[in-house]
Amino acid sequence: MINDKDSQKIVDFIQNFARKQSLFVMAYGTGCGAIEIPATMTSRYDAERFGIRGAATPRQADVLLITGYLATKTLKRVIRVYEQMQEPKYVIGFGSCTINGGMYFDSYNTINALEQYIPVDVYINGCMPRPESVISGFVKLQELIQQGKADNGKKYRENLEWYRANQKKIIKNWKMPDYNW
Amino acid sequence: MEDLGLKIFGAILTTILGFVVGMTYGGIVRKLTARVQNRYGPPFYQNFLDLLKLQFKKTNIAHGFMGHMAPVWIIIAAVTVLMFIPILNGHLWFPNLSFHGDLIFLLYMMVFGSLGMALGAGQTGNPNSAIGVTRGLSQMVGYEIPFVLSLVALMIQYKTTSVQDLTQIQHETGVWLAVANPFAFLAALMASLGMFRYSPFDIVGAPAELASGPVSEFGGKYLGTMMSGGAIFSFIKLTLYVHLFLGGAGNPEKTGIIAILIGLGILLIKTFILYMVPVFYGWINPRYRTEQAIRYFWGWPTALGIIGVLWAVY
Repeated sequence: MINDKDSQKIVDFIQNFARKQSLFVMAYGTGCGAIEIPATMTSRYDAERFGIRGAATPRQADVLLITGYLATKTLKRVIRVYEQMQEPKYVIGFGSCTINGGMYFDSYNTINALEQYIPVDVYINGCMPRPESVISGFVKLQELIQQGKADNGKKYRENLEWYRANQKKIIKNWKMPDYNW
Repeated sequence: MEDLGLKIFGAILTTILGFVVGMTYGGIVRKLTARVQNRYGPPFYQNFLDLLKLQFKKTNIAHGFMGHMAPVWIIIAAVTVLMFIPILNGHLWFPNLSFHGDLIFLLYMMVFGSLGMALGAGQTGNPNSAIGVTRGLSQMVGYEIPFVLSLVALMIQYKTTSVQDLTQIQHETGVWLAVANPFAFLAALMASLGMFRYSPFDIVGAPAELASGPVSEFGGKYLGTMMSGGAIFSFIKLTLYVHLFLGGAGNPEKTGIIAILIGLGILLIKTFILYMVPVFYGWINPRYRTEQAIRYFWGWPTALGIIGVLWAVY
């Protein structure tokens, strides 16, 4: 009765609904993208009406928002933050820099594609994306969550070796705790 | 035996009432704050959705024994204190384990949750938590003094240490203690600004400086349990204030279902108005530093409390 397929569907629906309606965002404000976050959260665009609110620490956060380019130094911090977050967790790549490097595509110390290092659920393109596009990205993420397609943490756990190899290629002085899930 | 069953039913009902009312008030405050800031704001049930999501999150962290116990302590303290608060004046559905001297007991018991939080946050080892705990305990030293002074004034004035008796006195004489001893009421009201930790006294949480302070290492179910405990605690403080100063709610002579509903309605109106005091004060004030907050509480509120005690003695 409890393990019935339909009752599992109902549980999933409630879980996904709660997850989608309450997104605690850890805004990792690298680069220039951070300037769009206050505009998104404050009175003109008001992301809180979608249940999106800021989280101060990775333990409480659901969404990791990478706003802009990642230098090789900051990539290390991003990985630490990402690994401290608890499942279910989601990542939003924000701006062209996280997709293909953007205007820093040939820089010696920035990474080009974020998804080589951590899995990404939703990309928001633009340089910079306006608050409207940021909110539409969040709505897209909510749709994915409702359909149960956003399984970022699972993807990372299953392909951990591949991601680790990529990360270690960039970060030469790897002095981080090795987690095993 | 039937009496016991009724009491257990009442205890569960009281807990659910406190939880729902506390969470809903928090949601309404979020909505009102958004409207004041010219935003649309989240729906009033947003806190329930947040709680539901937090309970569905997985947790793969262990910080040791007190780290696991801290949320449990908070919720235990909240429910225990709730059992000693009269919800409706002398009504069976809301059992009240009151005894002579429960006002003194409540004074001690109300800091029990914060103590559990302090121990749990201490064990996580996060420096932000340690600073948050220090700030929280300093602030508590600040607001407890006017609060205790105002309660002592009531105890001296009416020669009783029972919340039930104080409510009964107000019911019989028809004079609210807020009128009978206005200085004690003002001192308690100003102390409540610190208790609810809205701005300018949100120095404990302080997301911008302390990364949410003591709870910075707690996520998922731990944070959700703490949120529920905090919601019950805010209901407790409001109800206690209403019963001590604002005449209480409910009529012990009438026990019909309509009388209960009217009593609950009066309770909700009074608590909501009281809750708006720290919220309104917070909307127009930025955050204090720790020493400014303590100086605030040891200034006028303490002076008013002392005047209240003198008023009660003479």
